Amino acid sequence: METQTIKNTDKATKTTEYISGSEAIVRCLIEEGVKILYGYPGGAIMPVYDELYKYQDKIHHVLTRHEQGATHSAQGYARISGEVGVAMATSGPGATNLITGIADAQIDSTPMVCITGQVFSHLLGSDAFQETDIVGISTPVTKWNCQVTKAADIPEAIAKAFYIARSGRPGPVLIDITKDAQIEKFDFSYEKCTKVRSYVPIPKTVEGSLEAAAKLINEAKKPLVVWGQGVILGKAEEAFKAVIEKAGIPAAWTILGASAIPTKHPLNVGMVGMHGNYAPNVLTNECDVLIAIGMRFDDRVTGKLDEYATQAKVIHFEIDPAEVNKNVKADVAVLGDAKATLEAVLPLINSNSHSEWHQKFKDLYAIEYDKVIKDDLHPTKEGLTMGEVLKEINIQSKGNAAIVSDVGQHQMIACRYAEFNKTKSNITSGGLGTMGFGLPAAIGAKMAAPEREVVSISGDGGYQMTIQELGTIFQQKAAVKVVVLNNDFLGMVRQWQQLFFEKRYASTEMINPNFVAIAEGYYIKARKVTKREDLAEAVKEMMESKEAYFLEVCVEKEGNVFPMIPTGASVSDVRLE
Amino acid sequence: MSTEKQLFTISVYTENNIGLLNRISAIFQRRHINIESLNISPSEIEGVAKFTIVVNMIEDNVKKIIGQIEKQVEVIKAYYHDLDEIIYQISGLFKIKSELLFEERQIQNIIKESNARIVTVNKEFFVLEKSGKKEEIIELYNELSPFGIMQYTRSGLIAISKDEMKISTLLETYNN
Ligand SMILES: Cc1ncc(C[n+]2csc(CCOP(=O)(O)OP(=O)(O)O)c2C)c(N)n1
Repeated sequence: METQTIKNTDKATKTTEYISGSEAIVRCLIEEGVKILYGYPGGAIMPVYDELYKYQDKIHHVLTRHEQGATHSAQGYARISGEVGVAMATSGPGATNLITGIADAQIDSTPMVCITGQVFSHLLGSDAFQETDIVGISTPVTKWNCQVTKAADIPEAIAKAFYIARSGRPGPVLIDITKDAQIEKFDFSYEKCTKVRSYVPIPKTVEGSLEAAAKLINEAKKPLVVWGQGVILGKAEEAFKAVIEKAGIPAAWTILGASAIPTKHPLNVGMVGMHGNYAPNVLTNECDVLIAIGMRFDDRVTGKLDEYATQAKVIHFEIDPAEVNKNVKADVAVLGDAKATLEAVLPLINSNSHSEWHQKFKDLYAIEYDKVIKDDLHPTKEGLTMGEVLKEINIQSKGNAAIVSDVGQHQMIACRYAEFNKTKSNITSGGLGTMGFGLPAAIGAKMAAPEREVVSISGDGGYQMTIQELGTIFQQKAAVKVVVLNNDFLGMVRQWQQLFFEKRYASTEMINPNFVAIAEGYYIKARKVTKREDLAEAVKEMMESKEAYFLEVCVEKEGNVFPMIPTGASVSDVRLE
Repeated sequence: MSTEKQLFTISVYTENNIGLLNRISAIFQRRHINIESLNISPSEIEGVAKFTIVVNMIEDNVKKIIGQIEKQVEVIKAYYHDLDEIIYQISGLFKIKSELLFEERQIQNIIKESNARIVTVNKEFFVLEKSGKKEEIIELYNELSPFGIMQYTRSGLIAISKDEMKISTLLETYNN
């Protein structure tokens, strides 16, 4: 049996203890500071669960109701805490159920370590009971993965996993551990990993690039910043704010960049992308210098690439060299950690205000307000809008809640209208757009930051993809506030059908169950609102609740999210109706 | 930069770990890029493997692929070259009936002129080996085939760059 050799981590002589592989796994997690992990047991991981039973006082295992829930909870935990989220599952179906969350974490750069049990190593490749090639399956969606077949290899593999997951551009890592490796005893000692020979987590900033970036910024007449999650992942919020404030640059965010600076910051001009704000989208095609910070020019952001900011010089602050010039050619690439590069560029840039340029954003905002925002937030028609629910949540939370959204119209509305005062407050599935993400992610977020108000916002479709996690909420007493914006439709798909498929609503109408009864079945306080006059009071009751609370709001059935850039259109062709 | 597709060799220096072939080939598969040939072997540095991958692509996309390859944790460095920038060889093996070797004069001439080498001979068959450019191997194939070739196979391309690939110095900086 050949095994993967994990090399290149420094090893000093240390005192050892003779313990089993499974005990070592738990001890390694404790050494890495893991306090909570999410998972689901099964045959091939049972020895580890047995150890978790012994170490209950040190490490809390959360039994989710589905392994997908475990990964999304681990993601929510990671996103709000900035720490590595941990998920665990048994071999075979347990392991494959993790894949959606792993893929989601990969594309959204979320640090996560997944541990899967595997059949005995002598059975590998024999189609044994519950054997699946999870290393092969997860390869395209992990930052790194490996299989361990000897107990003695466990500490190094786990140390390396945590180091890789959290360093550089973070991502998910999977370690598959055979059952014999879990049972076998060996001399255990633990050493954290601080480097892997072939791996450069933070690239060197190319000489002269900071100066070149500063020159472009200083000479710009109409600069625009588009920032992404890199600002948050790099803990660069302060440096970022200092830079845009000094240079007086209007700054727009990608969906995952939301909350890095407060919503109400005067330089915050809104969201870019398919359902982003009018002004930053239109003015992307008018700015003379586009400063991209910790974002990756996703197609949902750029629309038609060959009509995206072609007039602008592009500066790209980025930690992942493979992102530079991938979609949009950078005139200046500033490689490195966002905090370090932004701090370094700050003294090189001049103070500026660009007031005329700012006025353009205000003018376009006024148009968007008139055509879209007013009706979303202050509707006069009968049906409740998703926007007014968000407005109520803003009022009650004073912008201090973490908003965890699922995927669909409600997600776009939540991201457009939620008000944030604090960073790491917008938790949503950006790159993969995973329905079912919201509810379990909110559990992880609440457990990582129990002092914070965590509100999950789902549609009736996505909610039912992981609805069973209400059981986890109940068992863990996780005081999340669960809002379902029920339009009896797979709303976002229905919107596309309306706009691009001549209203042929193929399989998007949902006949829904009694959601309140289901929540109550899980012993969760629940309420349903159908009328505008009850909304404010219900939201208040929810926010004041000390425990978990479920709120169903029946919203208009055929509401649409605007502005919208149709697929394949240019960002400046954003539609307001 | 040319926007025409052309042959490039990609050299990837990696840690010698299980699973990497999967990771690297997936990068090509995902982008629908056909790998023309692939060779993996030890490199000049102990414990470091070298992939030599031949692809037919436009240069701009090769650069992006290199970025994605280098992003893999266990990849030390990746380079790309066009065929003028490397010295390369491929090798062909031909299995032919032994009687032809003794009875067909022309076969003996072909062997001599092509600089092919007889690897083994027994009563039934002999095996010819020829290293060189792809065209030379194909030419030999065309010359031999009228006589009947029992088996034929060709290796992937292996290459050494004319320019230096500074892996040892790179590894030293990593180790410090
Ligand atoms: C797992 C998964 N399946 C399918 C989709 C495609 N999809 C995107 S939005 C959407 C509709 C979402 O409906 P709902 O959850 O009711 O939210 P709404 O749009 O009505 O707010 C669908 C089906 C997806 N994003 N994820």
